[in-house]
Amino acid sequence: MSSVRLLVGTRKGAFVLTSDGKRERWDVSGPHFAGWEVYHMKGSPADPQRLYASQSTGWFGQLIQRSNDGGKTWEPVGNKFVYDGEPGTHMWYDGTPHPWKFARVWHLEPSLTDPDTVYAGVEDAALFRTTDAGINWEELPGLRTHNSGPSWHPGAGGMCLHTIILDPKHPDRIFIAISAAGAFRSDDAGKTWKPINHGLKSEGIPNPNAEVGHCVHRIAMHKSRPNVLFMQKHWDVMRSDDSGDSWREVSGNLPTDFGFPIDVHAHEPETIYVVPIKSDSEHFPPDGKLRVYRSKSGGNEWEPLTKGLPQRDCYVNVLRDAMTVDTLDSCGVYFGTTGGQVYGSSDAGDTWTPIVRDFPAVLSVEVQTLS
Amino acid sequence: MIRVLLPAHLKTLARVSGEVQVDVAGQPTIVAVLDAIEASYPMLQGTIRDHVTQERRPFVRFFACEEDYSLEPPDTPLPSAVAKGTEPFLIVGAMAGG
Repeated sequence: MSSVRLLVGTRKGAFVLTSDGKRERWDVSGPHFAGWEVYHMKGSPADPQRLYASQSTGWFGQLIQRSNDGGKTWEPVGNKFVYDGEPGTHMWYDGTPHPWKFARVWHLEPSLTDPDTVYAGVEDAALFRTTDAGINWEELPGLRTHNSGPSWHPGAGGMCLHTIILDPKHPDRIFIAISAAGAFRSDDAGKTWKPINHGLKSEGIPNPNAEVGHCVHRIAMHKSRPNVLFMQKHWDVMRSDDSGDSWREVSGNLPTDFGFPIDVHAHEPETIYVVPIKSDSEHFPPDGKLRVYRSKSGGNEWEPLTKGLPQRDCYVNVLRDAMTVDTLDSCGVYFGTTGGQVYGSSDAGDTWTPIVRDFPAVLSVEVQTLS
Repeated sequence: MIRVLLPAHLKTLARVSGEVQVDVAGQPTIVAVLDAIEASYPMLQGTIRDHVTQERRPFVRFFACEEDYSLEPPDTPLPSAVAKGTEPFLIVGAMAGG
């Protein structure tokens, strides 16, 4: 019988939640790495028992943890993230050059085919890769040394590389996104990169249509159609039908088009999910109502999903890596909040149930569908 | 034999309880003790000092015999009481963050 395993990273540790395919009752293990921030955990598509976790604190820095048994036990692996060559500078908040400095790993993306190969998106923005299961990490410097690099500047949360998408049909194609530089694509396995921000419009930068400088919050793709990308930008929900070469806005009737996560239904490539947030200065749902919005038309036409979600006095946020979907026949959708709740839906978002209510602030949620 | 007291998070990471003990040849200095700790507990590399610059992480402090050695040069000799093992070398997570 199928089962699912949720990997939840929080401000104060990691949790592993498991359920059978009904997704009604959940077992919770954790906290793992108690007291540490766990920005992200993800399992290998090639070996579901192989998990990786990014663990950090302001005191003791960055660690990477690896599990070979589905999260029952963990071992620290390599944590040496050193930029290739002379790091140079990017723009600081005040517009002055600022030396590139490693802060933490925001996102871990295991290879689709090799459990020992993992990509890491870090702050200050750069892409690293391990090919020995996390022992050694090497930068793919072509991204950071792109000629636009010196003009990149941090978003409010730091200059983080937070999104990494590996194209299942084109093994050498990688998409990444950086706050607040924008989206980039490599067609040669990470050696060279091109900005893919044409069509984005950001009023908060000097040139709203600039080639780089956009605060992309997250990008999602359906694996059956990797040329179609969906983006939650700082403001605006966007769509590309040409692998990021151009974008058009699909915010449509959303109550606000600010938000962080965006995801795609496992079996319906035109069904997408966002969580509208009031504004960039008020990081909570409009009117105190926690609503996931679903579009079954690839954007523009959105419906609120409210059944089982708090519809009053709710002032949590849902961060960019804190939403995910499973691949069971009836697609499960999950998200975690900064208030410590993890909500799940086993019917593609029609109804929701809190799986846990009192975790530390949730930073990331990933799911593994296990057979 | 040098006695070292690690902060709680690093004890958990190193899978030890209580003090740890390391051997340092000759006169113990800050850097010699840190080198010995990292050799015995490789998972602590990068958590006390930067991998490349070897600079102390900003929110980590070094104490010995009720003195703060955090800002001293890495080759500063440690007190004889630490060298003899009668007093521990303390690695402390600074009180910060509210």
